[in-house]
Amino acid sequence: MAPRLCALCDNARAILKRPKTGQQICKECFFYVFETEVHNTITQAGLFHPGDRIAIGASGGKDSTVLAHVMKTLNDRYDCGLELFLLSIDEGITGYRDDSLETVKRNQQQYDMPLKILSYDELYGWTMDRIVSQIGKKNNCTFCGVFRRQALDRGASMLHVDHIVTGHNADDIAETVLMNIMRGDIARLGRCTLICTQGEDTIKRSKPFKYAYEKEIVMYAYFKKLDYFSTECIYSPDAYRGHARVFLKDLEAARPSAIIDIIHSGEAFEVKNEVKATQKAQQTCKRCGYMSSNELCKACTLLEGLERGMANAGITDRARKKLDAEGPAPENLRTIPMFHLPSSSSTGPSTPISLEAPA
Amino acid sequence: MSLSLKIEFGGGLELLFSNQRSHKVTIPSRMPSGQGSENERPVDLKYLIFWLKDNLLKERVELFIENETVRPGILVLVNDTDWELEGEGEYQLQDGDEIVFISTLHGG
Ligand SMILES: [Zn+2]
Ligand SMILES: [Zn+2]
Repeated sequence: MAPRLCALCDNARAILKRPKTGQQICKECFFYVFETEVHNTITQAGLFHPGDRIAIGASGGKDSTVLAHVMKTLNDRYDCGLELFLLSIDEGITGYRDDSLETVKRNQQQYDMPLKILSYDELYGWTMDRIVSQIGKKNNCTFCGVFRRQALDRGASMLHVDHIVTGHNADDIAETVLMNIMRGDIARLGRCTLICTQGEDTIKRSKPFKYAYEKEIVMYAYFKKLDYFSTECIYSPDAYRGHARVFLKDLEAARPSAIIDIIHSGEAFEVKNEVKATQKAQQTCKRCGYMSSNELCKACTLLEGLERGMANAGITDRARKKLDAEGPAPENLRTIPMFHLPSSSSTGPSTPISLEAPA
Repeated sequence: MSLSLKIEFGGGLELLFSNQRSHKVTIPSRMPSGQGSENERPVDLKYLIFWLKDNLLKERVELFIENETVRPGILVLVNDTDWELEGEGEYQLQDGDEIVFISTLHGG
């Protein structure tokens, strides 16, 4: 078989069939179109401004590793003037997160970006290993998800960044659309395809890989020989998401445009205002200052349950009532430090940025 | 007659293969056939996938093979080219080929 030539430059040998378009393209053209499409996604959504300080949520996995590489490449190529940071959350999972953090530390060297690691242990006084040893493997993903979300915001606040970017890709978003449909969660369905989410008092979060296919992200990492870590979390993987993922991959095998089509369907749903309004108004947590839809934020509720030996209090209403019946939280209860939203105009005393020293 | 191949696993797939990323294997160059040599065709990539399952895979076959091919979400490269450009399972293996399997299903 004669080698096929690249559909874009008609010069070099094709090495990849693009899932979005079916085009057969060469390595250099692939790098260029992949990076340019991400750049277009960013500029069309007006995500960043010159001088923005941006934290890349870095797990050491493929998506965030490729994201860090592409963000750095685009920042240099187009002279965007962004200040980029790596922000990693250490959940305290032996044999999983400690290994992936080693990858992030190497990324810090390779991309020459400051790295901040914030651990559950320092923030909440509990590692996931300890949480699982107390509550078992049943609800541990709830704890981990709530704690991670808040930890990312707090890490971003410590770095005084305006914006967090995450490596969620087109496959992840299509999967979330499917899950929200299957669960009938219409309010979330309306939000999950947004490229940028920002409540009144939350730190902006964006997904520059919203339209990037997982296949291309993995191929990009492979051809660029990027260093990433790939092992499933040792504590119960999300079974529901797993089914949605397998279903989506089957659809993609039959028709590669399925992924982008599902995202477009998700975007095209018009969510009625009444449905949107069922989201509770935001307030600040009376104990830790983090944004919350109740008096106490989810993390504080979960933490109180752990500290008082009634971990389910944060999971079910019945368990919460039982906890409340035991009386108010004791004075000496461990709490999460007060949260302060970073504000670019703030002139108040600022916490110094503490970063991992380059090795 | 046999072929020497270099096999690489990545993206977490190596966990199914003794947690070893790189393997050198030697496989027959012709499909085994019970009906005499004239029916023996050169081996293809599909044959290799099942050969790996029988000879190298250590656990959880369902994470590697589904419906007579690799599971959706596993990328395959033949000498650093997407196998979708090489005829996928019908690609005829050559001595010295390098075949890479990468899972995309593990967390990002
Ligand atoms: Zn080209
Ligand atoms: Zn709180």
